[in-house]
Amino acid sequence: MIHALGAGLLFGVGLWLSGMANPRKVLDFLDITGNWDPSLLLVMGGAVAVTAAFFRPILKRKPMDFRKSIDIPLIAGAAIFGIGWGIGGYCPGPAITALSNLSAEAFVFVATMVAGGLLARIWPSSPGR
Amino acid sequence: MANFTPVASLIGGVLIGLASVWLLAANGRIAGISGILHGLFGAMSASPPGDRSWRVLFITGLIAAGFAWHAFVAPAPVREGFGLGWAAAAGLLVGFGTRIGGGCTSGHGVCGLGRFSLRSLVAVMVFMGVGMATTYVMRHVL
Repeated sequence: MIHALGAGLLFGVGLWLSGMANPRKVLDFLDITGNWDPSLLLVMGGAVAVTAAFFRPILKRKPMDFRKSIDIPLIAGAAIFGIGWGIGGYCPGPAITALSNLSAEAFVFVATMVAGGLLARIWPSSPGR
Repeated sequence: MANFTPVASLIGGVLIGLASVWLLAANGRIAGISGILHGLFGAMSASPPGDRSWRVLFITGLIAAGFAWHAFVAPAPVREGFGLGWAAAAGLLVGFGTRIGGGCTSGHGVCGLGRFSLRSLVAVMVFMGVGMATTYVMRHVL
């Protein structure tokens, strides 16, 4: 269980060091027609390089079930998430670690994010992962 | 590209990847932040008792990292001109969308791409594309 705490800490430090936890920087990345900041490509590249190297051997030892379907809930959900991300510059991880800013916007965002997740449970094909 | 921070962003990304590997190796869990959060709410009856504590601990670590960062490295960023109405709308959409779509930047992005999931690649392309279009509208149209 201590591992979950440690992994959360390390994940959070990575978010702050990389700039992901700063919504201004995220929006500067998403704004490709503006003063574009490609930094987040390197965040994703660095993170995926590590998971691509280590996930496969771990999952080979302890296989897990993953959904494979490319369906309407996936596309619609990703699109709705993208709209929210593009408005605020927050995706879930950065929003949660930004609670440490003790700013009203972070509290409002995280509270409504939880509410949005609860609201989605009334969606007909309620997904697991 | 005045704000480009390649070294810090690359190292930060590697740490995020390592944290995801850590959680998978030690706990057998996918570090998808939206899934970890959503699993805490509204599923009390469905989830076994042991399913809650690791989620709470991971999220606690995530928030503690922010406090430590502000204490030792840099003060909390301040943003002006972003109304709470926008924050609420964005939060609702992100919460709703990640639950329906089964993941966010970490679950589909960092973890899904790392295991070469086509489903996750599609999700990443959709939310990146829509995110860019939305930011364009917010910054240059509205």
